[in-house]
Amino acid sequence: MNPILFYTFGGLAVVTALLMVTRQNPIASALWLVVNFFAFAALFALLSAHFIAVIQILLYAGAIMVLFIFVIMLLNLREEEIKPRQLQFSGLLGGGLVIYLIVLLVLGLLKIPAAPFEASTEGFGYVAPVGRLLFTKYLIPFELTSVLLLVAIVGSVVMGKRKL
Amino acid sequence: MITLNHYLILAALLFCIGIFGVIVRRNILIILMSIELMLSAVNLVFIAFSRYLGGLDGHVWVFMVLTVAAAEAAVGLGIIVAVFRNKETVYVDEVKELKG
Repeated sequence: MNPILFYTFGGLAVVTALLMVTRQNPIASALWLVVNFFAFAALFALLSAHFIAVIQILLYAGAIMVLFIFVIMLLNLREEEIKPRQLQFSGLLGGGLVIYLIVLLVLGLLKIPAAPFEASTEGFGYVAPVGRLLFTKYLIPFELTSVLLLVAIVGSVVMGKRKL
Repeated sequence: MITLNHYLILAALLFCIGIFGVIVRRNILIILMSIELMLSAVNLVFIAFSRYLGGLDGHVWVFMVLTVAAAEAAVGLGIIVAVFRNKETVYVDEVKELKG
C-alpha cells in the first residue's frame, strides 16, 4: 500500500480517462484508453490481485482495444466526417449532472469511517487459489459464461453478415 | 496510509467520467469505450473489497465482468459496423428513425 504508487497510478487513470472522453478523434481516444487500462492493471497489482492485473492487460489492453482500433480503421472515417465539438444544451446538462453526482458520491464516501487494509496472506491473488475457487464454488457461473460467449459469437456473426 | 475509502473514491471518479462520456459524447465508438471504462471502475471496487475482506470471491466476479465486457465489445462493434454500412455515420444523433 504505497501512497506514492497509489497517487501516481490513480492520477494517471483519472487523467487518461478524462483525455479519453474529450478527444475528438476516436483513434486518440482508444489509445488513451489503452494507457488507462495499464494504470488500472497497476492499481490491481497494488491490491495484490496479480492474476487479475495480468488478465486486465491481456484481455482489455490486448484483445478488446485491438478490436476497437480494428473497427475504427475498418470504418475509415475521413477528416471531414469527424464532427467538431459543439456546445449543446444536452451536453451542458449532462456535464452538470455528472459533476453533481461526483460531489454527492465523494461527500458520501468521505462520511464513512476510514477502513485500513490488513496485511494480505501468503498467496493472495495468485492464479492457483483463484482457479480453485473458479472450479469449485463458482463452477456453475463459470460454465454459464461459455453460453454467454456462444451468444456473443452468434450475435457478432449475425450483425456482421450482409445477408443471412 | 491508503485505505479502502481512497480506492472507492477513485473508482467513483472513474465511473463518473465514464457516465460523462456516455451522456455527453455523440460518437458511438467513444460511448462504447466509456462503457468499458465504467466496467473497469466497477472491477476496481470488486478488487478493493476483496483485498479488504481477505477473500478471493471478488476476483472470480471480476473474471465474469471481463467476460461480459468482451462479449459486449464484440456484439457492440458488430452493431456499429452494421449501422455504418446502412447509414454511413457513427454519430448517435443521426440515427433517429424510431424517434417518430
